[in-house]
Amino acid sequence: MSWAGFDPFYGTSLAENLDKKLLVILRDGRKLIGILRSFDQFANVVIEDAVERIIVGEQFCDVSLGLYIIRGENVVLIGELDPAREELPSHMQRVSYKMIEEARKAEREATELKGSMRKRMEFLDLE
Amino acid sequence: MLFFSYFKELVGKEVTVELKNDLAIRGTLHSVDQYLNIKLENTRVVDQVKYPHMLSVRNCFIRGSVVRYVQLPPDGVDIEILHDATRREARGS
Repeated sequence: MSWAGFDPFYGTSLAENLDKKLLVILRDGRKLIGILRSFDQFANVVIEDAVERIIVGEQFCDVSLGLYIIRGENVVLIGELDPAREELPSHMQRVSYKMIEEARKAEREATELKGSMRKRMEFLDLE
Repeated sequence: MLFFSYFKELVGKEVTVELKNDLAIRGTLHSVDQYLNIKLENTRVVDQVKYPHMLSVRNCFIRGSVVRYVQLPPDGVDIEILHDATRREARGS
C-alpha cells in the first residue's frame, strides 16, 4: 500500500456531470431534478430548468422552479439519472399540485396523530 | 489526510454508504477527495421501495458532510498497515 501525500490532481469532480440531467437530494428531504450547469469545491451548484419532485406514497407531482443556485451545505447527494431507465416505478401516478399537497397534509397529520397517541400511552409504561 | 489515503486504497471495492438521512446506498467506490466526498458507481439503494426517486440513479456524488457510515468488505482492511499509519499520524501532530 502506498500512503501518498497530498495529491492536488486527484479527487471527485462533478465536471463529468456537467450539462447532464441530475437528481439533487437536499438536507430538508427535497428532491430537485435539473441540468447541472456549474459547481465549485463546496458543492455549490447551478441547476437549470429545476423541477421539484414531490412524492407522497404512490403519487408524485413535479413543480417547475427555473434556474437555481443551491448552497453546497444543503446538498446530500447528486445522482446521475440514467436516461435509459424509468425515473420512477411505473405504478406511481402523477397528480396535480393541489392533490399532492392534500396527500402531504394527510400524511403529516397521520404521523402527528401517531406521535400524540404514543405520548398518551407513555404513562402505561408498557415497554 | 489519513482517511483520504485510506479511501484511495479502497477505490474499486464494493461499499455501502449510510447517510445521516438514513438512506443507504451500495456501490463501487469510484473516487474520493480531501473532504471525503464520495463518488459511487453502479449504485443500488438498500431499501429501494422507500426511495422510488433513486430508481434510475446508477452513479452518484455524495457530499462527505452527510455520511454517517461507510460499510466496507471484511477483507478491505489491512489492519496492521492502518495501525502503523495511525501511529505515524498521531506522532506527527
